[in-house]
Amino acid sequence: MSWLAEYVRPKIRTLLGRREVPDNLWVQCPECQQMLFSADLERNLKVCTACGHHMRPTAVERLAYTFDTDPGFARIELPRAPADPLRFRDSKRYVDRLKEAREKTGLDDAILVAHGTIGGHRAVVAAQAFEFMGGSMGAAVGEAIVAAARLAVLQQAPLIVFTASGGARMQEGAISLMQMPRTTIATRLVKDAGLPFITVLTDPTTGGVTASFAMLGDLQLAEPGALIGFAGSRVIEQTVRETLPDGFQRAEYLHEHGILDMVVPRTEMRETLARLIGLLCIHEQAPEPMSEAPPELPAAPLPEHAAA
Amino acid sequence: MRHFLDFEKPVAELERSIEELRRTQEPGGINIEDEVERLTDKADKQLRLTYAKLTPWQKTQVARHPDRPHALDYIHSLITEFTPLAGDRAFADDTAVVGGLGRFNGRSVVVLGTERGSDTETRVAHNFGMARPEGYRKARRLIELAGRFGLPLLTFVDTAGAFPGIDAEARGQAEAIARSIEACLVAPVPIVATIIGEGGSGGAIALATGDRVLMLEHSVYSVISPEGCASILWRDAAQAAVAAEALRLTAVDLHALRIIDTIVSEPIGGAHRMPAEAVASVGVAVQAALAPLLALDAATLLARRREKFLAMGRDIPA
Ligand SMILES: [Zn+2]
Repeated sequence: MSWLAEYVRPKIRTLLGRREVPDNLWVQCPECQQMLFSADLERNLKVCTACGHHMRPTAVERLAYTFDTDPGFARIELPRAPADPLRFRDSKRYVDRLKEAREKTGLDDAILVAHGTIGGHRAVVAAQAFEFMGGSMGAAVGEAIVAAARLAVLQQAPLIVFTASGGARMQEGAISLMQMPRTTIATRLVKDAGLPFITVLTDPTTGGVTASFAMLGDLQLAEPGALIGFAGSRVIEQTVRETLPDGFQRAEYLHEHGILDMVVPRTEMRETLARLIGLLCIHEQAPEPMSEAPPELPAAPLPEHAAA
Repeated sequence: MRHFLDFEKPVAELERSIEELRRTQEPGGINIEDEVERLTDKADKQLRLTYAKLTPWQKTQVARHPDRPHALDYIHSLITEFTPLAGDRAFADDTAVVGGLGRFNGRSVVVLGTERGSDTETRVAHNFGMARPEGYRKARRLIELAGRFGLPLLTFVDTAGAFPGIDAEARGQAEAIARSIEACLVAPVPIVATIIGEGGSGGAIALATGDRVLMLEHSVYSVISPEGCASILWRDAAQAAVAAEALRLTAVDLHALRIIDTIVSEPIGGAHRMPAEAVASVGVAVQAALAPLLALDAATLLARRREKFLAMGRDIPA
């Protein structure tokens, strides 16, 4: 395989141009090293058919995995954020990094927001895009989470956020830090409207994203094996000078420590979310007008806020 | 023994010469007063000059200066009847976060701060101001307490950041920080936060989501430490000075970006030279920030707090 990859692919690339090269027929699982037929892998939502390892999907794929295929979903246009508030440059200018990421991914920034149905239930979904600058959170991501929350309130639908982020976008300095309170406000908008806010933590979710909206879900789910934490493992090792325990900061570890409600395989995510929404949203209206029958009166509704 | 930063060395030398002169002066000997005055004048000028144009990296060092007044210095001197409260009611009392009840200018308040400690013993006791989840949960408890009794909340932030430890992660560091931010956002009482030293990332914003955010002139507030940023983006921690510049972490920068509301001037040569003066100026600034908030009803206060944070970064003056 390696000679094929090294010799054949570059030639094809020069002939066809990068865009036209079909995806590799075979993909190697980074976990079990098994060569997988790429069509099988796609069908299995990028979960290794040999070992169950969850590979990272793009945000676009994430939306497709989550919403019902019929009638599908609609992405919303996201509000613009200031492009480079700090005029930041390290070895490269931040504006150039943004441009590259946009060209590479076809996204505006590290998140997508869409609405549609999940198991027939109306829902708004925000999916962070790790492929865009490591899913880092700057003003655009914060703005998108706020927009997603407003859309959820408008549609009286639950908000589900799939997190995938290395944390704050350093190139936006304190503005990226301010996305922690800003996204927290977004979670309150949804909760104050009596709607569920559900987070699904995927690989990886760290730093300021974890320490804000990711950990404020009414329900918190994660994908198997996902790296989830606040501090980076290298920083922790340097600070405490200890070897990190096996499985540290993995979804299962967090579940064991009471931080997550459940660890759900990707292939069961859609039905799990559908069930949860169905159980939580007892006053839910059907996504489309389907019958003229008068709505049933709820039996003795519980007070919204029980006295503490 | 005064601790001098590298760039304070010229001042340090002048001050040493002055002391030397004073010490060697023999009774009835030649009059050295003129020389002392000349050197003092020179030292003052040098200090003024140095502090008028501190680089962001130098400010970072001033912000971390061991003699700089820390949270408890502010609390002990600005708050009367200070009554410390302890614990998160679940696991422990994390003294990296200090707080309690007391009076500020006669008014009952809740105070909170991150405390770094001022000598080896207290630094270890306060974990160098780096809180674990129980610290942020204690903060949340006190924020909720303030809300329940209608007491204004004053916070004094000075932390390198949340503690990066195995135990901290296991007990939900991220969740604890998120809940503390949330508690600030829903507390129906005025919140005045002051960055008095280092405002280190999530560990700082956990206590700084306030109606008014003040910052001491030479303090810094950033999403990541200059060293951390340099080692990630420049792959070289030695580039910290360059990263500090790029991060725009000074009070002046953050005021221009509308992330903070007020810059509190420090005495010439920094708060560590004249701690009492620095503490007093913060007291005056906090009072000025708090007064107009007291007139607002809870709904207005909460709505404005949300709006303030939602507006951040949206329109940045060029
Ligand atoms: Zn595998």
